[in-house]
Amino acid sequence: MVDMPTPDKILDARRLQCPMPILKAKKTIQGMKTGQILEVLSEDPGSKEDFPRWAKRTGNELLGIFEEEDYARYFIKKTA
Amino acid sequence: MAETKRMAIVVHSGTLDLAYPPLMLAAAAGASDMEVDMFFTFWGLNLLKKKGLKRAKLSGAWRLGTGMMKLMIKRTGMANLPEMLEAVIETGKVRLYACTATMDIMMVKKEQLIPEVTGFMGAAGFLDIAADADIQLFI
Repeated sequence: MVDMPTPDKILDARRLQCPMPILKAKKTIQGMKTGQILEVLSEDPGSKEDFPRWAKRTGNELLGIFEEEDYARYFIKKTA
Repeated sequence: MAETKRMAIVVHSGTLDLAYPPLMLAAAAGASDMEVDMFFTFWGLNLLKKKGLKRAKLSGAWRLGTGMMKLMIKRTGMANLPEMLEAVIETGKVRLYACTATMDIMMVKKEQLIPEVTGFMGAAGFLDIAADADIQLFI
Protein backbone atom coordinates (compact mmCIF):
# COMPACT_ATOMS: atom_id res chain seq x y z
CA MET A 1 0.00 0.00 0.00
CA VAL A 2 1.41 3.32 -1.11
CA ASP A 3 1.18 6.20 1.33
CA MET A 4 -1.34 8.87 0.55
CA PRO A 5 0.46 12.06 -0.57
CA THR A 6 0.08 15.19 1.54
CA PRO A 7 -1.89 17.75 -0.46
CA ASP A 8 -1.25 21.50 -0.47
CA LYS A 9 -4.86 22.05 -1.39
CA ILE A 10 -8.06 19.99 -1.24
CA LEU A 11 -10.94 20.43 -3.67
CA ASP A 12 -14.20 18.80 -2.66
CA ALA A 13 -16.07 18.17 -5.92
CA ARG A 14 -18.30 15.43 -4.58
CA ARG A 15 -21.60 17.13 -5.30
CA LEU A 16 -20.59 17.98 -8.84
CA GLN A 17 -21.42 16.17 -12.04
CA CYS A 18 -19.25 15.83 -15.15
CA PRO A 19 -17.53 17.94 -16.44
CA MET A 20 -17.46 20.22 -13.41
CA PRO A 21 -14.89 18.33 -11.28
CA ILE A 22 -12.38 18.79 -14.10
CA LEU A 23 -13.25 22.46 -14.55
CA LYS A 24 -12.91 23.21 -10.84
CA ALA A 25 -9.67 21.23 -10.71
CA LYS A 26 -8.27 23.23 -13.62
CA LYS A 27 -9.26 26.51 -12.00
CA THR A 28 -7.76 25.49 -8.66
CA ILE A 29 -4.50 24.16 -10.05
CA GLN A 30 -4.01 27.36 -12.06
CA GLY A 31 -3.71 29.24 -8.77
CA MET A 32 -1.13 26.83 -7.36
CA LYS A 33 2.66 26.74 -7.63
CA THR A 34 4.60 24.17 -9.67
CA GLY A 35 5.39 21.15 -7.52
CA GLN A 36 2.38 21.59 -5.27
CA ILE A 37 -0.15 18.79 -4.87
CA LEU A 38 -3.89 19.09 -5.38
CA GLU A 39 -6.29 16.54 -3.90
CA VAL A 40 -9.69 16.31 -5.58
CA LEU A 41 -12.59 14.42 -4.04
CA SER A 42 -15.05 13.21 -6.66
CA GLU A 43 -17.96 10.80 -6.62
CA ASP A 44 -18.37 10.89 -10.39
CA PRO A 45 -17.49 7.35 -11.63
CA GLY A 46 -16.25 8.94 -14.88
CA SER A 47 -13.53 10.71 -12.93
CA LYS A 48 -11.53 7.48 -12.81
CA GLU A 49 -10.93 7.78 -16.54
CA ASP A 50 -11.14 11.56 -16.69
CA PHE A 51 -8.51 12.60 -14.14
CA PRO A 52 -5.64 10.39 -15.37
CA ARG A 53 -6.25 11.49 -18.97
CA TRP A 54 -6.82 15.12 -18.05
CA ALA A 55 -3.65 15.23 -15.95
CA LYS A 56 -1.60 13.79 -18.80
CA ARG A 57 -3.22 16.06 -21.36
CA THR A 58 -2.50 19.18 -19.32
CA GLY A 59 1.06 18.13 -18.51
CA ASN A 60 0.45 17.45 -14.83
CA GLU A 61 1.20 14.29 -12.88
CA LEU A 62 -1.40 12.03 -11.33
CA LEU A 63 0.23 10.67 -8.18
CA GLY A 64 -2.53 8.27 -7.31
CA ILE A 65 -6.19 7.44 -6.85
CA PHE A 66 -7.46 6.33 -3.46
CA GLU A 67 -10.91 4.78 -3.25
CA GLU A 68 -13.21 5.59 -0.37
CA GLU A 69 -16.62 4.07 0.18
CA ASP A 70 -18.63 6.25 -2.21
CA TYR A 71 -16.05 8.59 -3.70
CA ALA A 72 -12.40 8.66 -4.69
CA ARG A 73 -9.43 10.91 -3.91
CA TYR A 74 -7.30 12.05 -6.83
CA PHE A 75 -3.83 13.42 -6.15
CA ILE A 76 -2.43 15.62 -8.88
CA LYS A 77 0.99 17.24 -8.80
CA LYS A 78 1.26 20.50 -10.69
CA THR A 79 4.12 19.98 -13.11
CA ALA A 80 2.88 22.13 -15.98
CA MET B 1 3.51 19.32 -23.16
CA ALA B 2 2.04 18.28 -26.50
CA GLU B 3 1.06 20.97 -29.01
CA THR B 4 -2.29 22.65 -28.44
CA LYS B 5 -5.21 20.59 -29.71
CA ARG B 6 -8.17 22.29 -31.33
CA MET B 7 -11.85 21.38 -31.57
CA ALA B 8 -14.48 22.78 -33.94
CA ILE B 9 -18.17 22.15 -33.29
CA VAL B 10 -21.17 22.99 -35.46
CA VAL B 11 -24.08 23.46 -33.05
CA HIS B 12 -27.18 22.84 -35.15
CA SER B 13 -29.74 21.87 -32.50
CA GLY B 14 -31.51 24.09 -30.03
CA THR B 15 -33.15 21.54 -27.76
CA LEU B 16 -32.15 21.02 -24.13
CA ASP B 17 -30.80 17.51 -24.65
CA LEU B 18 -28.72 18.51 -27.65
CA ALA B 19 -27.46 21.75 -26.13
CA TYR B 20 -25.68 19.90 -23.32
CA PRO B 21 -23.14 17.80 -25.27
CA PRO B 22 -21.47 20.65 -27.18
CA LEU B 23 -21.29 22.86 -24.08
CA MET B 24 -20.00 20.03 -21.87
CA LEU B 25 -17.38 19.04 -24.43
CA ALA B 26 -16.34 22.66 -24.94
CA ALA B 27 -16.01 23.18 -21.18
CA ALA B 28 -13.98 19.99 -20.74
CA ALA B 29 -11.81 20.88 -23.74
CA GLY B 30 -11.12 24.35 -22.38
CA ALA B 31 -10.13 22.85 -19.04
CA SER B 32 -7.85 20.44 -20.92
CA ASP B 33 -5.88 23.26 -22.57
CA MET B 34 -7.60 22.77 -25.92
CA GLU B 35 -8.84 25.64 -28.09
CA VAL B 36 -12.48 25.47 -29.15
CA ASP B 37 -14.47 27.15 -31.91
CA MET B 38 -18.26 26.75 -31.91
CA PHE B 39 -20.46 27.67 -34.87
CA PHE B 40 -24.11 28.17 -33.96
CA THR B 41 -26.42 27.59 -36.90
CA PHE B 42 -30.14 26.96 -37.49
CA TRP B 43 -31.81 25.97 -34.19
CA GLY B 44 -28.47 26.16 -32.48
CA LEU B 45 -28.53 29.94 -32.93
CA ASN B 46 -31.45 30.13 -30.49
CA LEU B 47 -29.02 29.10 -27.75
CA LEU B 48 -27.06 32.30 -28.28
CA LYS B 49 -30.14 34.47 -27.85
CA LYS B 50 -30.56 36.27 -24.57
CA LYS B 51 -32.33 33.83 -22.18
CA GLY B 52 -32.07 31.26 -25.02
CA LEU B 53 -30.37 28.61 -22.89
CA LYS B 54 -32.93 29.09 -20.14
CA ARG B 55 -35.77 28.59 -22.62
CA ALA B 56 -34.39 25.46 -24.30
CA LYS B 57 -36.80 22.52 -24.12
CA LEU B 58 -36.67 18.84 -24.99
CA SER B 59 -37.67 18.00 -28.56
CA GLY B 60 -41.01 16.82 -29.93
CA ALA B 61 -43.37 15.10 -27.50
CA TRP B 62 -40.59 15.04 -24.88
CA ARG B 63 -41.03 18.79 -24.67
CA LEU B 64 -43.69 18.21 -22.00
CA GLY B 65 -41.13 16.43 -19.84
CA THR B 66 -38.68 19.35 -19.88
CA GLY B 67 -39.42 20.37 -16.28
CA MET B 68 -38.92 16.82 -15.05
CA MET B 69 -35.64 16.52 -16.93
CA LYS B 70 -34.41 19.80 -15.45
CA LEU B 71 -35.30 18.50 -12.00
CA MET B 72 -33.36 15.28 -12.60
CA ILE B 73 -30.40 17.27 -13.89
CA LYS B 74 -30.45 19.45 -10.79
CA ARG B 75 -30.77 16.47 -8.47
CA THR B 76 -27.65 14.79 -9.83
CA GLY B 77 -25.58 17.95 -9.38
CA MET B 78 -25.34 18.67 -13.08
CA ALA B 79 -25.02 22.35 -13.97
CA ASN B 80 -27.93 23.97 -15.81
CA LEU B 81 -27.32 25.32 -19.32
CA PRO B 82 -26.60 28.95 -18.35
CA GLU B 83 -24.13 27.71 -15.71
CA MET B 84 -22.56 25.41 -18.29
CA LEU B 85 -22.04 28.32 -20.69
CA GLU B 86 -20.55 30.35 -17.85
CA ALA B 87 -18.06 27.52 -17.24
CA VAL B 88 -17.30 27.41 -20.97
CA ILE B 89 -16.58 31.15 -21.10
CA GLU B 90 -14.53 31.00 -17.92
CA THR B 91 -12.00 28.64 -19.50
CA GLY B 92 -11.03 31.49 -21.81
CA LYS B 93 -10.38 28.95 -24.57
CA VAL B 94 -13.72 28.90 -26.36
CA ARG B 95 -14.98 31.16 -29.15
CA LEU B 96 -18.66 31.38 -30.08
CA TYR B 97 -19.64 32.27 -33.64
CA ALA B 98 -23.12 33.05 -34.91
CA CYS B 99 -24.06 31.89 -38.41
CA THR B 100 -24.96 34.99 -40.43
CA ALA B 101 -27.17 33.10 -42.90
CA THR B 102 -29.28 31.79 -40.02
CA MET B 103 -29.51 35.28 -38.57
CA ASP B 104 -30.86 36.44 -41.95
CA ILE B 105 -33.40 33.63 -42.32
CA MET B 106 -34.65 33.85 -38.77
CA MET B 107 -34.41 37.64 -38.66
CA VAL B 108 -32.17 37.65 -35.62
CA LYS B 109 -30.35 40.89 -34.86
CA LYS B 110 -26.95 41.10 -33.18
CA GLU B 111 -28.56 42.92 -30.26
CA GLN B 112 -30.75 39.86 -29.55
CA LEU B 113 -27.69 37.72 -28.92
CA ILE B 114 -25.70 37.41 -25.72
CA PRO B 115 -22.61 39.67 -25.50
CA GLU B 116 -20.33 36.62 -25.16
CA VAL B 117 -20.66 35.96 -28.90
CA THR B 118 -17.15 36.25 -30.34
CA GLY B 119 -18.02 36.88 -33.96
CA PHE B 120 -20.26 36.42 -36.97
CA MET B 121 -19.44 34.40 -40.06
CA GLY B 122 -20.63 32.13 -42.85
CA ALA B 123 -19.85 28.59 -43.96
CA ALA B 124 -16.52 29.34 -45.62
CA GLY B 125 -15.26 31.23 -42.60
CA PHE B 126 -16.01 28.42 -40.21
CA LEU B 127 -14.68 25.78 -42.60
CA ASP B 128 -11.38 27.64 -42.62
CA ILE B 129 -11.29 27.35 -38.81
CA ALA B 130 -12.49 23.73 -38.78
CA ALA B 131 -9.90 22.69 -41.38
CA ASP B 132 -7.15 23.25 -38.83
CA ALA B 133 -8.95 21.53 -35.96
CA ASP B 134 -8.01 18.11 -34.59
CA ILE B 135 -11.59 17.32 -33.58
CA GLN B 136 -14.61 18.28 -35.69
CA LEU B 137 -18.13 17.66 -34.49
CA PHE B 138 -21.64 18.38 -35.74
CA ILE B 139 -24.30 18.29 -33.03
